[in-house]
Amino acid sequence: MFEIVRREEMSQGHVILNEIRAPLIARKARPGQFVILKANETGERIPLTMADTNPDLGTITVIYMVVGKSTLLFKGLKEGEGYQDVIGPLGRPTHLEKVGTVVCVGGGTGVAVLHPITRALKEKGNHVISIIGARSKDLIILEKEMAQASHEQLLCTDDGTYGEKGFVTDVLESVMAAHEVKLVVAIGPVPMMKAVCEKTRKSHIKTMVSLNPIMIDGTGMCGGCRVSVGGETRFACVDGPEFDGHLVDFDELMLRLRSYAADEKKSYENQLCRLDDEPDPVKNIVAEE
Amino acid sequence: MPELDPNVRVGSFSEVPQGLSPEAAVLEAKRCIQCKKPACVEGCPVSVDIPGFIKLIREEDFTGAICRIWEKNGLPAVCGRVCPQELQCEGKCVLGKKGDPVAIGNLERFAADYERHKRQAPQPSVADATGKKVAVVGSGPAGLTVASDLIQKGYAVSVFEAFHKPGGVLVYGIPEFRLPKEIVFSEVAGLQDLGVDLKCNSVVGRTVTLDELFDQGYSAVFLGVGAGLPTFLKVPGENLIGVMSANEYLTRTNLMKAYLYPEYDTPIIKGRKVITLGAGNVAMDAARTALRLGAEKSLIVYRRSRDEVPARAAEVHHAEEEGVEFFFLTGPVKFNGDDQGRLVSMTGLKMALGEPDDSGRRRPVPVPGSEFDLECDLAIVAVGSGANPLLTQTTDGLKTNQWGYIAAATDSGKTSKKGVWAGGDIVTGSATVILAMGAGRIAADSIHGYLSRGEPF
Repeated sequence: MFEIVRREEMSQGHVILNEIRAPLIARKARPGQFVILKANETGERIPLTMADTNPDLGTITVIYMVVGKSTLLFKGLKEGEGYQDVIGPLGRPTHLEKVGTVVCVGGGTGVAVLHPITRALKEKGNHVISIIGARSKDLIILEKEMAQASHEQLLCTDDGTYGEKGFVTDVLESVMAAHEVKLVVAIGPVPMMKAVCEKTRKSHIKTMVSLNPIMIDGTGMCGGCRVSVGGETRFACVDGPEFDGHLVDFDELMLRLRSYAADEKKSYENQLCRLDDEPDPVKNIVAEE
Repeated sequence: MPELDPNVRVGSFSEVPQGLSPEAAVLEAKRCIQCKKPACVEGCPVSVDIPGFIKLIREEDFTGAICRIWEKNGLPAVCGRVCPQELQCEGKCVLGKKGDPVAIGNLERFAADYERHKRQAPQPSVADATGKKVAVVGSGPAGLTVASDLIQKGYAVSVFEAFHKPGGVLVYGIPEFRLPKEIVFSEVAGLQDLGVDLKCNSVVGRTVTLDELFDQGYSAVFLGVGAGLPTFLKVPGENLIGVMSANEYLTRTNLMKAYLYPEYDTPIIKGRKVITLGAGNVAMDAARTALRLGAEKSLIVYRRSRDEVPARAAEVHHAEEEGVEFFFLTGPVKFNGDDQGRLVSMTGLKMALGEPDDSGRRRPVPVPGSEFDLECDLAIVAVGSGANPLLTQTTDGLKTNQWGYIAAATDSGKTSKKGVWAGGDIVTGSATVILAMGAGRIAADSIHGYLSRGEPF
């Protein structure tokens, strides 16, 4: 059993942090890599990119939004309990280089994935500007951590309850106008990553994204996570999860993410029925992510 | 061999052949004429003493029979169910020249199932500890054979398995109705009882590298990681919802038990009209699984003719009985979808057979202007598996061929990297369970020679 040594609830219980004891993975993991988790005998295998690792303590940290049955099941795991199976580190680590001014754009829980990459880019000597956006104030996470990992931080919310009112793309536009941006890293819901790539395309600013297709094994043996990049088929689990955003077919990814939408909705609703004290789910998450 | 009625069995994942009773087994064993020069043994990739174990069944010493089989084959419950006996032992049986060969596969299965239920056979003996550790990467048939052989020779053996359950293709690839998973887990538990250390959730090449295994004190490493890279057709529309590799379809169904959804959480697309591209054992498994998941129509679409079908004869026979339809001499052109990105049909093209290609099989040649549409909401691509590069890409000094398969000597399993052996599908490409076991046996002998007698690498 992979024990949860620390558990935190954020965003009114919609976002959960689990620090999990997994010494072999903690020792090996690099920024950008992910793990596959399975709660119990009947559970699904699902991928989550690591938000942090502590090789000395032997722990890894994942942060996830509750969007369906499996994440709801994970939410029910208390400190001292744990996951039956955790596999990793999977995927290729982020390519880290000193290039100059880098903008790290995070949407919603994408910030959890962005954080270790942001920190690593800063450690490499880049000038790091981070832009964090969410629908509203209570969905902004890791604000302090991201501030520490960057030289400048900008915040925005769709509804204006925190930071600037607007989308991350609006903030990005002003940053691009004021700086010579060499690299953009964008991680968040697929429509957000797509929009950021559209913003940077004309200026030819290299834009890396981290993709989140449906996965089963995570080791390249089934092709379920295939994405089209530059017209070629790539497996997000072994060729990614990071790719050049200007080459990614986001529309295809958004369609494929809906492969099991009907089953997902039913499973989620059945699981919610079993639990009395769940807050109302954040609307339309399954439709969007 | 009594079998579940085809109309009954398409509604369940229960095993199709139900097994011989002891009386039926003895009767069949009496048919064997105990040839002085048994051709059946020559046909067996691991040289099981076939007349020997059959004689013991005839004498009703069923425990003796299983012990005789175990001398050469550590997974008889598996092999009795999945070996292509018609190409191996039974194909060579002299009785087969004029009538039916002895049902060697069914007798092997009988002996194994009898032992699994009665548990009367003595535990295999384990030699004195050699003090040396061997790492086995992959818990499929090749890896399990190496583990079984070497633990009995006194080595400390650790098996590293990437998945959360052991068995490899025995568990993710072959369906429950051909090979109940309880059998595989029982075999693995037996190995653990002998001292084999099974480490699931360990991806060698990611969680730990091959070189780190040597740093950790392993003196030899066996690579039995299989051919786990799905081959796609590379035709338009292949990324539509409803087109998936057979690996994905079978892993969801068999390993993740999607056929028990929602009791098990992993979903599967339950197509109403299902097409499977390919005609190997994997394709048969996919097409038959589709029927059990409620398909109204399950088609096999194959670009060559019936004569070239590579699947085991029993599986083609079972598929036909269950209502799988066969479209021969047909190839895929493209997949067509609706505005939600979901598959609605496949455009196919008729083929004719031309000159043989590199594999020796007649090459399919498209017939111009013969396009037609096949309605479908699920298309399973079962046209082969290649070498998964996860381990080879992260390991220095391991020579592979142009397709990524590991180069290994046929008579020893030695690779180009010192202290590293390989066998099974990662060397040969997709083949059979028994061939993987044979390769495991050869590698285990070579490893033993290297570690115990200081034979050079």
